[in-house]
Amino acid sequence: MDLFDLIGPVMIGPSSSHTAGAARIGLTARMLLGEDVARADIGFHGSFAKTYRGHGTDRAIVGGLMGMQVDDLRLRNSLELATEAGLELQFSPVNLRGAHPNTVKLTITGASGQRLTMEAASVGGGNIEVHRLDGMNVSFTGKENTLIIHHDDVPGKVAAVSGIMARRRINIGNMSVYRRGAGADAMMVFELDHELDDAIMEEIRAIEGVQSATFLKRRPC
Amino acid sequence: MDFTLKEWVNMAGKGSIAAVAVQMQAHETGMTAEGVRDIMRSHLHCMQEAVQEGLDPALKSVSGLTGGQAALLMNRIRSGKSLCGGLLGKAEAYALATAECNACMGKIVAAPTAGACGILPGAVLAMMEEKSVSENRAVDALFVAAAVGQTIATQASISGAEGGCQAECGAAAAMAAAALTFMEGGSAKQCVDAAAFAIMNLLGLVCDPVGGLVEVPCVYRNVGSSGIAFTSADMVLSGIQCPIEPDEIISVMKEVGDALPSSLRETGEGGCASCPSAKARLCHREIRG
Repeated sequence: MDLFDLIGPVMIGPSSSHTAGAARIGLTARMLLGEDVARADIGFHGSFAKTYRGHGTDRAIVGGLMGMQVDDLRLRNSLELATEAGLELQFSPVNLRGAHPNTVKLTITGASGQRLTMEAASVGGGNIEVHRLDGMNVSFTGKENTLIIHHDDVPGKVAAVSGIMARRRINIGNMSVYRRGAGADAMMVFELDHELDDAIMEEIRAIEGVQSATFLKRRPC
Repeated sequence: MDFTLKEWVNMAGKGSIAAVAVQMQAHETGMTAEGVRDIMRSHLHCMQEAVQEGLDPALKSVSGLTGGQAALLMNRIRSGKSLCGGLLGKAEAYALATAECNACMGKIVAAPTAGACGILPGAVLAMMEEKSVSENRAVDALFVAAAVGQTIATQASISGAEGGCQAECGAAAAMAAAALTFMEGGSAKQCVDAAAFAIMNLLGLVCDPVGGLVEVPCVYRNVGSSGIAFTSADMVLSGIQCPIEPDEIISVMKEVGDALPSSLRETGEGGCASCPSAKARLCHREIRG
């Protein structure tokens, strides 16, 4: 355990789960989209739906979507800043059966028209877990260096990616494979001990059957 | 890093838990000891800024339930009339200032959570001002607190939703009690004994936020828990030993937390949250989603 999880994070209040965690969910979605967000549909589930205004959960999510970190004072005014920037926002309560009480469902569209859907939960102390990404059940926290690869569900893709890791001496701490169904779209999520540079990312994207690859750098304390 | 309080004491030997904690954190992150201390120093500075922001009499939270009350408490300390005296009085006023800064979407350091963020900075900053504790020693005290917090987080919980307020204000008071004991020259064993006394005094405290918001009773419990941190430190520094193994108190804290009904674990249903007058005040404010 990191001692700066006990004294920290430095964050904008009032709640590590309802504010800091929410900002991290927005920020993670923004990083996964890889471009500025033009439109966001934000669905709040459970406790989030009941108390989002009083906790600034709406401001935190939107701030995160605009690239703000958990200690960015602009989080307080993010809704006004989003309006100025022409960001279209829609908030609604949602009922996600069996989901963690602090779950948000995001559908975001980027400046170039790219879309991303994500469900993530704020699980306490500012920590988050992504549970669904583009229609697939996944599980990662963004706390470690994370590599997310969309690919065709055909033999050899895991070996091709892990082969690159082995050659580049990148240690894999954790990996999972998810798919919609046999032979359909699939996703690999790696948690890595090292950061990946652009050259490695290009090498991964060049693998046949890889549709996209995104790298999220380990979250600073 | 996953140690019991006894292990922290054993590792410290005749030295301090702070030195061991710095070394462990540096080892885990691959940073230098000085680099790790610099992060904690910047956290300490952030705590000072939060107190200043929280003392603004014009402060108001989004819900309108809290804000501006730390300024009242501070006026009373300055007048010399505080029943708690300058040191504890200031620690309590600073704890309230930090908690109100948090409620008003200010920048704070979670310690260990946002809801309980006032107790530890209140204690450490008051000691710096009233007892001339140096910044370096205050930074070390924060590492002692972090070590105690690590044990509570791994052996019990630091989440109100899981363990009730004993897991938030209780954990923070334990961390502050250990930090205070360290700053007064107490041994490693005395630091963890003080932490145990603090938890003993807050065992079973429920998490019952009005409207589910981190305001009432949270900000006031930051004040009361500060008092418990100081009395716990005073007890061990006077030579009183905790009659129960500190690690056992933490295990029991987990058991008590598990036994709490869900209505008293941050659902905003039971306890203070269920009081008619609290609900009535909320109805007048547009805070619900």
